[in-house]
Amino acid sequence: MPTLNDILILLPEFYLVAAACLLLLLDAFMKPAQRPLLHWISIAVLLVAIYLVIAGQPDRAVTAFGSMFVRDDVAEIIKVFALGTTAMIFVYARPYLIDRKLLGGEFYTLMIFAVIGIMLLVSAGNLVTVYLGLELLSLSSYALVALNREAKLPSEAAIKYFVLGALASGMLLYGMSMVYGASGMGGTPTLELAQLSHVMGYTTAPTLLLFGLIFMIVGIGFKLGAAPFHMWIPDVYQGAPTPVTTFVAAGSKLAAFGMAYRLLADGMGDLAQHWQLILAVLAVLSLAIGNLVAIVQTNLKRMLAYSTISHMGYLLLGLSAAGPEGYAAALFYAICYALMGVAAFGVILAMSRAGFECEEIADFKGLARKAPWMAFLMLLAMFSLAGVPPLFGFWAKVLVLEAAIHADMLWLAIVGIVFAIVGLYYYLYVIKVMYFDAPEEGGALQVQQDKPLRLVLSLNALSLLALGLYWGPLLAWCRRAFGV
Amino acid sequence: MISLAHYIVLGAVLFCIAVAGLFINRKNVIVLLMSIELMLLAVNMNFVAFSRFLGDVSGQVFVFFILTVAAAEAAIGLAILVLLFRNRSTINIADIDSMKG
Repeated sequence: MPTLNDILILLPEFYLVAAACLLLLLDAFMKPAQRPLLHWISIAVLLVAIYLVIAGQPDRAVTAFGSMFVRDDVAEIIKVFALGTTAMIFVYARPYLIDRKLLGGEFYTLMIFAVIGIMLLVSAGNLVTVYLGLELLSLSSYALVALNREAKLPSEAAIKYFVLGALASGMLLYGMSMVYGASGMGGTPTLELAQLSHVMGYTTAPTLLLFGLIFMIVGIGFKLGAAPFHMWIPDVYQGAPTPVTTFVAAGSKLAAFGMAYRLLADGMGDLAQHWQLILAVLAVLSLAIGNLVAIVQTNLKRMLAYSTISHMGYLLLGLSAAGPEGYAAALFYAICYALMGVAAFGVILAMSRAGFECEEIADFKGLARKAPWMAFLMLLAMFSLAGVPPLFGFWAKVLVLEAAIHADMLWLAIVGIVFAIVGLYYYLYVIKVMYFDAPEEGGALQVQQDKPLRLVLSLNALSLLALGLYWGPLLAWCRRAFGV
Repeated sequence: MISLAHYIVLGAVLFCIAVAGLFINRKNVIVLLMSIELMLLAVNMNFVAFSRFLGDVSGQVFVFFILTVAAAEAAIGLAILVLLFRNRSTINIADIDSMKG
């Protein structure tokens, strides 16, 4: 029977579910003129959730509901950053949504439900929780991508995202069913991640277990967007409304890391020698495809999509080290990528307005002369994405490379460095367009005058510099979570 | 006597048909939705068979959750499909190609 203690452990999640339902009700009963108020309420809801996550954090890992749910430091870090980036996206999205008449309860509630999905997913202690968290996140994301009902591209992006996402879920589930079966051959069948890690030791059907593992890795690869399972990423990034793209880039990637960690490290830790090499191959493919195809893109959102694929390659580099140091580096990388991605898309959001998406790289011509501050913020984001010292992105790359070398995979680290140099080209190209190209005659460039957006975006981009100079505490937090 | 292996093979066959349906089909988005449903049913078949033959209930409980989520998934999929049809007046997969690169 669930006790009061179980409910207290899940307090942030329960609170968010209640708040999301209340927001829906408020949206239905509010007068249209009061609707904009929802924006501030939603941000307050997320900030309170961050407080609940941090304040209620137990000293050591605890489980609830018969170990369906695990609350440990890894989950805490991911939750704090997922909630934080979502609050930032709310701030950035407001002018965009107002300009396109999309500001309403559905955007905010769907986003909050997606975040609840992330929180369940990264705290999962059981295959059922993994699946339910993942689906809550995915189903909300499909609906969010199709938020703009009148436009053509979003509905196309949504159907592609939906079909490939459902395929990924199917693969993942098929793998789970085999793992469940293998755990029952020669022992007690179980869906619990903590017990699944011992299955390899006793099972009489190791082939079944490995088969299940492969299917689960395919599912994880899809959700991370690692090559060769990356087909949906460019289309979804380009077609989705920019605030939703930002969420798919930041929040979902944090969640995908959490899922990979829970399933592979918690659930399949004993099989590390088997999945290590598979992840390494995925990492190399992602680095190659992401960085090379990004070079030829003319659409900035699409370019950033391919850049995401390459960044997932670096994240996999850390994961494939298969040790606490590698996991800590990968988590650090996921956080870093979330902050960089939100900053880069934030600048696109700040420059776009009704009828002008500002998503072609050519749209940024001469930005430095028209809006020097925005150009500088974009410069910080691009340098950080490229991994130029002393920005945040540089240290994240160094750490995953270090983890790969310590795990005796020097070749992998060399591949990572080579493609970091290849990747430099297309980030620098954006900077060249902003700083050295003349603005077009009667160009459409104009910065949104929304004060909160400019303030938070400035802080976001400057934090990339600040964390690049002073990254110790964040890294220590990540390392402590994995007991390094 | 029908053994566990028979059920697992049936599940595998269903799963393969579903994946083939997703990749070979070039005509109609609705067939894609049907393939997705079939894939989830193949998984359910696996879970129920393992659960029955290994004498453990948790697999069957998982199946209930999968069925529920599959219903929600179908609802969202059909909603997106309606949207797509409204915007383009076609659900032919070959026509859904305005983004490339």
